[in-house]
Amino acid sequence: MVAHTVTSFDEELAAIDRIIRDMGHFSAAMVQAATVALLEGEQDMARRVIADDAVMDARQRELDERAITLIGKRQPMADDLRTVVGAIRIASDLERIGDLAKNLGKRVAAVDKSPASQTFAHSIESMAELVQHQLERVVDIYIERDAEALVPLRADDEKIDVQYTAVFRELLTYMMEDPRNITACTHLLFCAKNLERIGDHVTNIAENAYYVMTGSQLPANRPKVDETGTQPSLA
Amino acid sequence: MMFNAPETQKMNANVAPVSIPDPASVALPKTFQTVRTPDPEPRQVRVHAKDVSVFYGPKQALFDVSIDIPEKAVTAFIGPSGCGKSTFLRCLNRMNDTIEGARVSGTIQLDGEDLYDPKLDVVELRARIGMVFQKPNPFPKTIFENVAYGPRIHGLATSKTDLEQIVVESLQKASLFNEVKDRLHEVGTGLSGGQQQRLCIARAIAVSPEVILMDEPCSALDPIATAKIEELIDELRANYTIVIVTHSMQQAARVSQRTAFFHLGILVEEGPTEMMFTSPAEKRTQDYITGRFG
Repeated sequence: MVAHTVTSFDEELAAIDRIIRDMGHFSAAMVQAATVALLEGEQDMARRVIADDAVMDARQRELDERAITLIGKRQPMADDLRTVVGAIRIASDLERIGDLAKNLGKRVAAVDKSPASQTFAHSIESMAELVQHQLERVVDIYIERDAEALVPLRADDEKIDVQYTAVFRELLTYMMEDPRNITACTHLLFCAKNLERIGDHVTNIAENAYYVMTGSQLPANRPKVDETGTQPSLA
Repeated sequence: MMFNAPETQKMNANVAPVSIPDPASVALPKTFQTVRTPDPEPRQVRVHAKDVSVFYGPKQALFDVSIDIPEKAVTAFIGPSGCGKSTFLRCLNRMNDTIEGARVSGTIQLDGEDLYDPKLDVVELRARIGMVFQKPNPFPKTIFENVAYGPRIHGLATSKTDLEQIVVESLQKASLFNEVKDRLHEVGTGLSGGQQQRLCIARAIAVSPEVILMDEPCSALDPIATAKIEELIDELRANYTIVIVTHSMQQAARVSQRTAFFHLGILVEEGPTEMMFTSPAEKRTQDYITGRFG
């Protein structure tokens, strides 16, 4: 990409990109820490995740301020305009991911009170790994401006939905086996739902990133395989 | 077809001195296909230009420019200095005829009528295709006379009352009447810059043009006067075909419905304004409008 005639314009855009990258990596780390806390019953780690949400909020506010100042100062056009507006939207998704990770952290204590909760928690382990991987990938792809890589990434959200359906079924089985599991399993179900929602935010980020890079929208054929709402017979 | 500039022209209300672009800033021809994006809903074409080239002596300033200019819309020409946008604008009402050694080839039609037909009355043409310049250039006459001059020489008014009505209506259309109604017989050059520019627009409107050409009409004005002119352009487009040359990308984005980007004498890209400023198809357009030009 050719540099702007005004070099400070490039620096301002780069600063916005850096915040997106930092927020992306930070939120992925929050998801990872919240998952470990859930699996290991690590209360301190869960508390740190809860506290870290404030960092995400502050970073988002910083990005908003920088973006608005840049729009006012530079009146960006074309790809620059898309970058700035896209960054505002991506940061908003990342901030929501931070909220959802915080919510995972909040449930650690409740899940941990139940007997055999560790066993149940493992049902969401691979789902959490996949979500975290998707989140890191989308941010890296955005920073590298590799539009084509976003197409398979968005399709991979299907895998998260498939896993969510599997977790849903597994937790239902535990609840049917022993009503004493219901509290822990319900919390874990919310955790799984939060992870699935993070996957949706990653999809949003991928769609915004694609628009930023190309000026056109990703085709509207996003797969949707969450079957938990369409199969009441499961319950 | 090839046309040579006539040596003399009759005086015309809309003629102002023009400068010849520096030939050094004009690059050699390149084979290039203009990238065109049509409007989602097609508009009626008013001015049709095909393969227009302009030469200043041995130097070629424009290379095979083809564009359709729609009616009741604003078309903005953008591009760096010396790119040929003003040269092309001046071709549209044969202003290049006034430059010695200037030669225009190709076809330009207004509603299918050849503008370079040797039998065409150029003075009458410039009443149909009016022009507003970068620097407000009112005649050193009264406000009234500035506007009345055109209709009078073109015989558009049969009586004094008629003429007065044309003057008042033109000033109203140019959103200037309320500000000058008590001093119509004071000299036009005594107005503020923005008022003078609106007076020039009123003068262009007074002869009932079909097309209004504007060559950087706000570049000498402050932001408030600029806003008033932009508001006026927005109102005028309901009835006129407007072509504006501007160095302000934001102004092009605000006032126009279509944008054409010129570079080195070539029409690089033309398309709907929203598209041109959010996701242009050509890399050169993108580099220019985002401020990345070499």
